Order: sequence, then structure tokens, then C-alpha cells
Amino acid sequence: MTYQFNFDVIFRNFDKMLDGLWLGLWLAALSLAIGVVIGLLVAYARQSRLAGLRWAVWTYVEFIRNCPILLLIFFVYFGLPELGIFFLGKIESFILTLSIYAGAYLSEVFRAGLASMPARYVEAAKAVGLRPVQRQVYVILPVMFRITLPSLSNNLISLFKDTSLAAAIAIPELTFVTRQINANTFRVMESWLTASALYLVTCYAIAWLLRRVERRYAVIR
Amino acid sequence: MFSFEPGSFLFEIWVARNGLLAGLAATARLSALTIALGSLIGLLGGIGLTYGPWPLRILLRAYVDAVRGIPVLVLILFSYYGLALLGIQISPFTAGVVALGGFCGAHMSETVRGAIESLPAGQAEAGKAIGLTFWQRLRYVLLPQAIRRLLPPWVNTAVEMVKGTTLLSIIGVVELLLATQQTIARNYLVLQFYFAAGALYVLFNFAISQLGALIERRTAHFHY
Repeated sequence: MTYQFNFDVIFRNFDKMLDGLWLGLWLAALSLAIGVVIGLLVAYARQSRLAGLRWAVWTYVEFIRNCPILLLIFFVYFGLPELGIFFLGKIESFILTLSIYAGAYLSEVFRAGLASMPARYVEAAKAVGLRPVQRQVYVILPVMFRITLPSLSNNLISLFKDTSLAAAIAIPELTFVTRQINANTFRVMESWLTASALYLVTCYAIAWLLRRVERRYAVIR
Repeated sequence: MFSFEPGSFLFEIWVARNGLLAGLAATARLSALTIALGSLIGLLGGIGLTYGPWPLRILLRAYVDAVRGIPVLVLILFSYYGLALLGIQISPFTAGVVALGGFCGAHMSETVRGAIESLPAGQAEAGKAIGLTFWQRLRYVLLPQAIRRLLPPWVNTAVEMVKGTTLLSIIGVVELLLATQQTIARNYLVLQFYFAAGALYVLFNFAISQLGALIERRTAHFHY
């Protein structure tokens, strides 16, 4: 192979790439935060006594989980203005899509977490006289978050990887910036190797950090 | 809603039927190719990760961990722009299959490794005790049991791959999503056509999941 590596253009544009990476992290974190709220609501709705509500949220979860995320991104970004919703910019619309997407996946995580809740926690909470809402807020939710922490961190990492799709609607995150550098300079190998390395390092750094958090908060059963 | 005037959804989808069906066919072909390629890589990779000599294990581990830490879109763009550099005349279709197949293979390898390692050690030992060679043990003892444990994650990965083929629209492979976008560019029925395409994907994937669940129920009596 006669390809000559030349990382000059990468060094010149490295701050742009880091900005893109940082934006991606923000997008993932915000979507996870909103997704957790949606996921919790949906997980509780699936335990509801109202069959209609159960059915509605089941449809939401199955539809979102079987629908390609890229299509959802386009649907929200190009479709919502058709419905008269014009106030969403690129970034807001992407966060909205990713949150809805994350919410469907997280609701399954929380459902499993609630189902795997040891009965003795609930019994203990009843025994000390907590009301139903107090039981949820002080006992079940904290324990459930600690049980589901490993799945939550996996979801954060895959959400972070999904932020690369924001490039499709021209949000300047890492993939978009890299594609621009690639198109402007034709340093194909250098730009994509650097982007891959940045993604890899970030993913493993997040994983490592969250493993530490998990160890700290592991539930002793 | 049910009018058939030019500009109505029903009329426009009838006009665009050939393009959309071609897109659907391309999505099906891409999915089948990537899942087949990924399963092959995954089977070999999983066996290699479990039983391979250490240099092979390190190589496979590097491949699996690297691919799992990089977004698919980056892999696709890398393979699309990168493979051309090697002087290979490559179509977006092939570049996409290579990237998605490699991605699928990494995930499958890890699944296969997990399934083999989750089998009780007594199974392999019993195989050894009756004098089976390594490949015979794999063929007659370990893999038949591993496949049952493999099925649920395999179905999940298959669904992910069908969804993943949409990313190839970004490098210009005319699959269902890009065919839909081309149709929308002509008639501006954004919501209707995206929704229709989404419903098709959901139907397709739901069918795969249900098929997987059916096979699982049918083989549930195989308790080893």
C-alpha cells in the first residue's frame, strides 16, 4: 500500500472534533435524562389496571423498538413542522427523538427492575408503615435504580453511539465534523481513524467510570 | 382520507409503488446478507474466542471490542471511503454489507462465546470421556446446546441489523428509507410516507421476533 499518512489536517481540526465529541456526550446525557422519566412513566403505566393504557404504552414500546432510529429522526425533524410544530431546532428535535427512543428501551429495563424487586423490600416498607407513594419513592425506586444501574450505563453508551446519527440532520457532532474534514481534505484514513479512536476511548472511559459507580452502589441481595 | 385524487396519499403511494417495493427488496436483501455474514463471522469468532490459541484470541478480542465501541455509522462511512482507497472498486452496497456484516459479526461473536461458556463444564468433559475429538464435541455436544441459548440474542441482533440497514441510505444505497425519501421529495407527503415506511419496518421486525419466539417455543422441550 502506498498511502502516505499525514495527520496535519487532523491536528489543525482537532479542536473541532473535540467540540463534536462533547456535543455528542451532551446529546446522549440529556436524552438519557428525559428518557429515564419517560421510561419510568411507561413502566408504571404497564402495571396499570386500565387495559387501554397498558395497550397504548405497549404499542409505543413495540413500535419504537422495532422502528429504525434514523427513520424516527427524519420523521420528527421533517414531519413535526407539517403538524404545525415549528419551534424545534435541529438539536431540540434530535434530543426529542433520542429521548422517545431511549424511553422505550428504558421502560423495559425498569419493568424488569421492578419485576426483580425482592418482595422483602416491599414487605419491610409496609411493616414500618409507609404509605404506597412513600413506599415507591423511598424504597422501591432507589433499590430499582441500583438494580438497573448496569443496564442504564449500557444504555448511556449505546445512546452516545447513536448520537453519531445526528450527522444525518447536519448537527455538528463528531461524525459530521469528521465527514466534513474527510470531504475537504481527502485525508480519509486519518480522519476516520481519529474519529474511531475518539469514540472508542470515550465509550470505554464512560464504561470504566460507570463500572466504578456500579460497584459503589451495588445492591447486596 | 380515502380519496384517490392526485396528491392524495393512496394515489401517490400507487404511483411510487415500484420504487418503494424495490427499496423494500433491497432492505430485505441487505438484511439477509448482513445477518448471514454476521452469523458466519460470529460462529467462527465465538469458537475462536473460546478455544483459540492466545494470539488468535487477542486478535479477535481486539476486533470485537473495537467494533463494539465505534458507532455503526462511523464504520459504514469508514468502509465506504476507506475501502475505495485500497484501490478496490467498491459500490455503496458492498461497502455497506462489509461494514454491517463486520459489526454484526462482532456482536454475534460475543454472543456465541457467552453461549458456549455458559454450558456446564461437564458437557465438554463427558464428550472427552467418550473419546470425541474437539470438532466432534463441538458438532454433537456443545453447539446444539449453545444454539438454544443463542436464539433470543440472535433474534435481537437480527432486528438490530434490519434497523441498521437504514444507515446505508446515508452512503446512497437505495433501500426502503432512501426510496421513501425520494418519494417524499416528489410529493411532499412527509408524515404519511415516513409513517408508512416505519410501519413496514415494524411489521418486518415484529415478524422476525415472533418467528424467533415460535422457534423458541417449538424447541423448548430440548432440555439437556
